[in-house]
Amino acid sequence: MQEHTQTLQAASDTAHAAAAGHAAEGGNLFGELLHHVYDAHEIDLPFIGVVELPHFAPVHIGGLTIDFSLTKHVIFLWFAALFLIVFAVSAARSLAARPVPRGIGNFAEAFVIYVRDEICLPNMGPAGMRYMPYLLTTFFFILIMNLCGLVPYGATATGNISVTAGLALIAFVMIQLSAIRAQGIGAYLKHLTGGVHWALWPIMVPIEILGLFTKPFALMIRLFANMIGGHIVIVSLLGMIFIFRNYLVAVGPVFFVLGISMLELFVAFLQAYIFTMLTSLFMGLGMVHAHEEGGQGHEHEH
Amino acid sequence: MDMQPTALGYLAAGIGAALTVIGAGLGIGKLAAAAMEASGRQPEVAGQVRTSMLIAAALIEGATFFALAICIILATK
Repeated sequence: MQEHTQTLQAASDTAHAAAAGHAAEGGNLFGELLHHVYDAHEIDLPFIGVVELPHFAPVHIGGLTIDFSLTKHVIFLWFAALFLIVFAVSAARSLAARPVPRGIGNFAEAFVIYVRDEICLPNMGPAGMRYMPYLLTTFFFILIMNLCGLVPYGATATGNISVTAGLALIAFVMIQLSAIRAQGIGAYLKHLTGGVHWALWPIMVPIEILGLFTKPFALMIRLFANMIGGHIVIVSLLGMIFIFRNYLVAVGPVFFVLGISMLELFVAFLQAYIFTMLTSLFMGLGMVHAHEEGGQGHEHEH
Repeated sequence: MDMQPTALGYLAAGIGAALTVIGAGLGIGKLAAAAMEASGRQPEVAGQVRTSMLIAAALIEGATFFALAICIILATK
């Protein structure tokens, strides 16, 4: 089945990489191939062909120029969001209908219990249950976007650094929010000073604030580079066929691409899991401080 | 050297990618070796060891991909 997908993917790549064949002469093959991986203002639909997406005039908001034109990754973002909403609502309905769910509720329950028991509760304790909706949304949204890039005519929205930046921004907000909610804003600000003498605060506070940003930044780069790296390797291997312009050469790269696509499938799941796990880990770190601070009247049972 | 800047850029991207992969391979290899040994000594905690190994490997790879992203920028500009 993977081979069928592979031939479909190769066919779709062939269909408008015919231009790449001509470009190979000019040495511009790499740039032409990367066009498949990067964002574009047109989308390739299965039977309709290439559809040009509407351009909107850039909007100027107080010095910033934001371009709201639709691009391929925006369309896939919306598709993943819609898919997630439909999936979640139908799974919830199936779970509410009977005690032991069947079908899509059963499928979703396996993932939900995994996220709850392996990601949420070990890192955040019982207080983490209020953040379960956010963690589940993160996990499934990233997973769906990653998997979209593996089907023919699909594009990986998480292969766009703006998308992962948005996800990391929301993770940053959630990490600070959970820390403030658990510790109170006074203790949270006190942690920013790092417990040094007040004369050192002008040095300490900017460093600590910068340190707050490194973790979501790493989350962003990790997800983006994992997704884009796999696709660049696949596209480069398929480009070898265009360099040699020989049908016999096609056997080797297609098998390599098959192997790399299986790795990509594993990486799609792994990166969604890692993003969610690290977000919950960072949120849990903020909550543990609260437990340490107010430990006098508390009895902990684990 | 009298190479054009773009040629130097490609060369730097290639060497950078190779060094990055050497670093990542060595680091994650040591990590996997420790994980295997721990699983062999105490098979009942193999699940937890595997989870921690995956997390540490993802963090190391995160740093690797910083360098890889810079190499890609070098190669495509």
